[in-house]
Amino acid sequence: MKFQRTLSVSAFCALLAAMSLAVAQTGRVDPLDSARWGDMHHSVLADAPFEFDDRVRVIAPTTAENPMQVPVTVDATALPGVEEVLVFADFNPIVRVLRFFPQEAPAQLGFRVKLQQSTPVRAAARTADGRWHVGGTWVNTVGGGCTAPSAAAASTEWQRRLNEVSGRQWTEGPNAGRLRLRIVHPMDTGLVAGTPAFHLEEINFTDAAGKRLMRVETFEPVSENPVFTLQRGALAGPVDARGRDNNGNAFDARIAP
Amino acid sequence: MKRHLLMGLALLMLAGSAVAAAFDYGLKARRVADGVYAFIGHTEDFDTVNGGNIANAAFIVAPGGVIVVDSGSSLRYGQQMRAAIAAVTDKPVALVINTHHHPDHFLGNQAFAGVPIGALAETRQAIAAEGDAFAENLFRMSGDWMKGTELQQPTRTLAAGPLEIAGRRLRLLAFDGHTGADLVVVDEASGVVIAGDLVFHGRAPTTPHANVAHWLAALDRLEALTRELGFKVLLPGHGEPSTSAAPIRETRAWLVWLVDAMRQAARDGLDMNEVLARPLPPEFASLPLAASEYRRSVGHLFPAAEQDVLEGRAQ
Ligand SMILES: [Zn+2]
Repeated sequence: MKFQRTLSVSAFCALLAAMSLAVAQTGRVDPLDSARWGDMHHSVLADAPFEFDDRVRVIAPTTAENPMQVPVTVDATALPGVEEVLVFADFNPIVRVLRFFPQEAPAQLGFRVKLQQSTPVRAAARTADGRWHVGGTWVNTVGGGCTAPSAAAASTEWQRRLNEVSGRQWTEGPNAGRLRLRIVHPMDTGLVAGTPAFHLEEINFTDAAGKRLMRVETFEPVSENPVFTLQRGALAGPVDARGRDNNGNAFDARIAP
Repeated sequence: MKRHLLMGLALLMLAGSAVAAAFDYGLKARRVADGVYAFIGHTEDFDTVNGGNIANAAFIVAPGGVIVVDSGSSLRYGQQMRAAIAAVTDKPVALVINTHHHPDHFLGNQAFAGVPIGALAETRQAIAAEGDAFAENLFRMSGDWMKGTELQQPTRTLAAGPLEIAGRRLRLLAFDGHTGADLVVVDEASGVVIAGDLVFHGRAPTTPHANVAHWLAALDRLEALTRELGFKVLLPGHGEPSTSAAPIRETRAWLVWLVDAMRQAARDGLDMNEVLARPLPPEFASLPLAASEYRRSVGHLFPAAEQDVLEGRAQ
C-alpha cells in the first residue's frame, strides 16, 4: 500500500513533466509560468526582443538533492548562429549564473550552480540579429535528513591549491571531442556574513595557435571547485584554459588530447 | 488515465492524513530471538505519512533491565517505542545505544532522557555537530510528527569490545563506512547481530556520509560474523531481519555496482546530468528507493570519481 502510493505519486509527477514538455514551444508566454519573468526580461535581457524557444535546452534535475551543486547542462546547438548564452535563475539571490560566448566551439556547456530555493534555471541564447531565444527548466530544491550537506565537509583545499586546473580531453568513444576541467576555487558569493565575494570571473579556451574556442564569464552562483564540460568542435590538439578571479588571481593551463 | 491518477492521489492523501492525525506509528515489538525484539520501519523515504518511521530499532530484555538499540526519528517515536517496550516487559530501560549519527536512528533519544545513552566517540561528535540541522530537515520532511522533538545527545562514550550490561553480555564492534563511525551490537546470548545501517535489506542503501571502500571492508567482517557458531539473526538498519548473510551480500552488490558505475561514468567523460540520466541495471530496478538513492549517491560519490579522472589518478 505504502509502496503503491509512492509509485502513483511518481507516475503523477512524470505525467506533469510530460504535460509541461508538451506545452513548451516557441512563443512569448513563459512556459515556466514564473512570477519573475517580467523582471528577468528587464534586468537580465535589458528589455531586448526575445522568444521562448525549445531549441535552447536546459537540462537539470527536477529535484536538486544538493542545492550547493546542482548540475546544469545548456545545449543551444539546435539553434544556428548563437553568439552569446546567458544563464540565470529567477529566484536566486544572485540571478546571473554565467555567460558564455561559443566561438569555434558548439553552443553547449555543462557546469554546476548553487541554488537558494526552487527556481527556474534559464538560458538565453542571442543570435546575430540581437534576439534572445530563451529556454529553461524548473529546479526544486529540498533538504534531506540523510542528504543534508555536511558542515564538516566544508573544504579548505582551495587555500593550498587556488586556481589549480585539472582536465582531460576525450578523443574516442561516444564522447570524442569532449573537454572537461575542474578549477579549485571557493566561489564565495559574498552573501555569507564575514566572507567577501571571491569567485572566478573569466575563462578563455583557445587552441595552441591561439584560435578562440569559447569564452566563459562566471558569476557568484557557480558552484565551489567548478567543473565545466564543453565540446571542442572542429579544432584539434591541446586546449589552453586561461582565466582569473575577481581578486586578480590568474591561471593558465594546457589540456592535452 | 490522468483522472484515475488524480483520484487515486486524492484518496491516498485522505488516507494519509487520517493516519497522520493520530500521529500513531503503530509500533509493535516483533520477537526476533529469545529476549530480542525489533521495530521494523517502512522501507521508504521520510514523508508526512510514515512520519519518519523508516528505520529499524531493537531492544533486548536483559535480567536487570532493557537495552535499547536506536531510538527512531522523533520524540513521538521514542515515546511510542517506550510504551511498546512496556507492553513486553516492566523492566526499566538500562541503556540506549545509538548505532550511528543518522537522524532516523537517534532523534527519539529525548524520550529516554535520564537513561544513559551511549554511542561511539565519533558518533557523539557528529551528533553534536549535525544533530540540530538533521532535526530541522526532518521537521520539513515529516511535518507535525516531529512536534516537540529536540536533540538529546548521547551521554556515554562506547568503545569496541565486550560490554556487560543489566546482566547480559554484548559484543560491540566499531566500524565505519556508512558513516564515520558505525557500531554493531552482537547479543551473545541470542546470537542476534544488530548491524545498524551497514546493512540494508530490500531497500537501496543511503550514502550521504559513506566511505564505500571502508563500508565494503566492514561488510566482509560482518559476513564472517554470520559464519560464527552462535549466529542466529541479522537485524539490518533498514528492512526485514534475516537468518542468513543475504542482506549483507545485497548491500555489497549495490555498493560495488554503484562505485563502479561512478568510476566508469567519470572515465567515459560523462557530465553529472548524464550520470543521473543513466538507467538502473535490471537487477536493481525494482529495489525500493533504488532510483532516488541512485540520484542522491551520484551527488555524493560522482564528484570524487570525476576528480580522480580529471587529476589523472584514474586511468
Ligand atoms: Zn544511516
